[in-house]
Amino acid sequence: MHPVIKTVLGRLAMGIATLFVVSIIIFSSIEYLPGDFAKNILGQAATEETTAAFRRELGLDQPAVLRYGQWVAAVVQGDLGTSFSGRNASGVDRSRQVVDLIAPRLRNTLFLASLAAVVAVPLSLLLGISTALYRNSVYDRSVNMTTLTTISFPEFFVAYILILFLASLYPVFPSLANVDAETPLGERFYRAALPALTLTLVIVAHMMRMTRAAIINLLASPYIQMARLSGASPTEVILKHALPNAWAPIATVIAFNLAYLVVGVVVVEVVFVYPGIGQLMVDAVASRDIPVVQGCALIFAMTYIILNLIADIIGILTNPRLLHPK
Amino acid sequence: MSKLEYRAIQGLKYKSGQIDRRTFVRSLLATGVALPSALSLAGQAAAATPKSGGLFRMGVGHGSTTDTLDSATSENHFTLINGYTFGNHLTEVNNDGQLVGELAESYESDDGQKWIFNLRQGVEFHNGKTMTSEDVVASFNHHMGEDSTSAAKGLLTAVESLKADGKNRVIFDLKSPNADFPFIVSDYHISIRPAGDMASGIGTGGYIVQNFEPGVKSVLKRNPNYWKEGRAHFDEVQLISIVDPTARQTALMNGDIDAMDRVDLKTINLFKRNPNVNIMEVTGTAHYTFPMRLNVDPFGDYDLRMALKHSIKRQELVDKVLLGYGAVGNDHPISTANRYHNSDLPQREFDADKAAFHYKKSGHSGKIPLSAADSAFAGAVDAAQLIANSASEAGIEIEVVREPNDGYWSNVWNNDAKGWCACYWGGRPTEDWMFSAAYTNDTEWNDTNWKGTDGSKKFNALVIEARAELDDTKRREIYYECQSLISDDGGSIVPLFNSYVSANSKSIAMDDQVAANWDSDGAKCVERWWFA
Repeated sequence: MHPVIKTVLGRLAMGIATLFVVSIIIFSSIEYLPGDFAKNILGQAATEETTAAFRRELGLDQPAVLRYGQWVAAVVQGDLGTSFSGRNASGVDRSRQVVDLIAPRLRNTLFLASLAAVVAVPLSLLLGISTALYRNSVYDRSVNMTTLTTISFPEFFVAYILILFLASLYPVFPSLANVDAETPLGERFYRAALPALTLTLVIVAHMMRMTRAAIINLLASPYIQMARLSGASPTEVILKHALPNAWAPIATVIAFNLAYLVVGVVVVEVVFVYPGIGQLMVDAVASRDIPVVQGCALIFAMTYIILNLIADIIGILTNPRLLHPK
Repeated sequence: MSKLEYRAIQGLKYKSGQIDRRTFVRSLLATGVALPSALSLAGQAAAATPKSGGLFRMGVGHGSTTDTLDSATSENHFTLINGYTFGNHLTEVNNDGQLVGELAESYESDDGQKWIFNLRQGVEFHNGKTMTSEDVVASFNHHMGEDSTSAAKGLLTAVESLKADGKNRVIFDLKSPNADFPFIVSDYHISIRPAGDMASGIGTGGYIVQNFEPGVKSVLKRNPNYWKEGRAHFDEVQLISIVDPTARQTALMNGDIDAMDRVDLKTINLFKRNPNVNIMEVTGTAHYTFPMRLNVDPFGDYDLRMALKHSIKRQELVDKVLLGYGAVGNDHPISTANRYHNSDLPQREFDADKAAFHYKKSGHSGKIPLSAADSAFAGAVDAAQLIANSASEAGIEIEVVREPNDGYWSNVWNNDAKGWCACYWGGRPTEDWMFSAAYTNDTEWNDTNWKGTDGSKKFNALVIEARAELDDTKRREIYYECQSLISDDGGSIVPLFNSYVSANSKSIAMDDQVAANWDSDGAKCVERWWFA
């Protein structure tokens, strides 16, 4: 077997093992969440008996280990379970499958994340490479200053500023990004423009600075000196000689930021009323809807693991030393 | 300038948008016009003939992924508005607070126990089926019986049986007389749906559900066959769940929505400055309370309760906790929006002498703990601090205990471990309903445990008597007495009624009076409002 395939398979196995460990952490940390679903949903009507009956109905009276086993067994078969809410005080079972709850929200989140990524990733690479090329110039400094400013503000602040300028004073884009399954693609782009722009502003700095730093780091290496001595232009030095060796750290940072776009944007979702998965998870935590919380947490963990795996693979494929081990 | 001229000028200013409704009403009050007439004059100045057409988008500060179209499960304002938009009920509370027949053309009873509802004929459901008594019976049975899990089950326990009498008449037999029964059937849960299909959102209402996404939005279009005249003016409707108040207000200012509920009071003064925005304030039945449990020491003592009731600066609470958007309470839960509000009862004010007198008489000494958390109501902890401050002026020491928000309703409220805490009540449309929810001795939510005293015994007997009393004057007298009993002997301190504060774009017009039974014009704004 080719060593690369072997390494990739090894990483994949590690990923699955990590996911398993994460599932234990998710489950046990939810066990330690204060409050409980039955009391929470019954609200003013929570008495000893109704709470006990409710817990029994939801299977919450069984030991945690048993519940964990059942949950993992179901998840492996692709069944994330049934949401707790819906079985409210009125008792009608109008609970929905966790998958049905998560799927449309996840689709929206992935759409927004892709939109932001499509803008942010090329932009930050471009800025990173060009600032490395013209480092310490006025251009370098102003790009650095701008991106550091946007990353320093909290997301909601950036979002409100964008709303103020691009929705209130100069109404170019809508401040409400409430898309649904039937929204046509063009309309979707239009509505998601401001949230995507907010996210772009928030993540560009990290990726751009990492690209710049990785390249500048390499510029001191002897082989770059050699390339310069042999007459390569600065652009050539960076693109042809430095960049291929810088891909590994850059890919890691990009993966990290993409994962953030999926799992960390709840504030942006709330400000723009965007029906994404973050809001769903916050709602679920507030109402102690454990299956939904677990489902979301598992998806978030998977996002991190998969994206890091991809970053690792890119690192291996672009690094000759890892590609041809002795 | 005479008062009349001044009023006329203010009216013109209000009409042309130079002053807002609040200022206009205030200017009328200043010239000696009573509040109800001032409100209706404000409406008249703004009233216009309804126009039809347009897409109405409303941002609602509620909505959750567990919402459904089955009215038995309605529990938040989003489901309320949505339900009232596509469905009708036997009766409705109209915009001036009167109960009128909706799907019932008329209703009658000789003894308050047997109620006959005559149905409106020729009303069609959205699926084309004609509404008959069979559908009404099925819709009620949906909420009744052993197996029913409807949130309205408790409301209808008084119903012994109901039956269809021909196609257009339904007869209810109650277990005991209840003069308020026609009021109860207007409850938002008891929507009339076609027999056999209670959950899919088919109703007789002015709008037909096109697309309903729980927790996100509901899209509706006008029902071309709507039977009700002069209602349902918009062509299309979008109810959008926008839980974040800032997002809701921004959307209204930017014209992304036309109306919204629940304005954030902290920013209302800035929000008001926007030239496109109308702020609407309605005093409803919702109120904040501080229930003292009579079975927990020292609150069993009448004088101690009186001492505390006299040591509260109510207007200060309205001004600081509600920023003026509310009214003072008189230690009973009946608001001016209710039919039988006791206006003769003198308003209880802060009185350090009286408080000190009663406190001394009670013989109590030491700190009195008062539990509060903001999950009781926004600003509950601040309100408790203000109470502790004013009470100290009367020499009463109150220790404010800040409780965790989480589990507040199960661990603090209505719990013998805590004698005194902060609480919130949404209010009920009728006196009987409100009393039976929290003050009679048979309700589990009697959060003051006001049960054994002479006052409470008398109160319980009066409530039952009033239920069977069909004579309006006599009922009024009984309910007046009930309010004074709660106010004096009861365990609850009711210092505030919070107003519903909502906003809409200036392009929206509505009738001169706005209903107060729920926020958003009785949650029926969609069929009542129009684009000017």
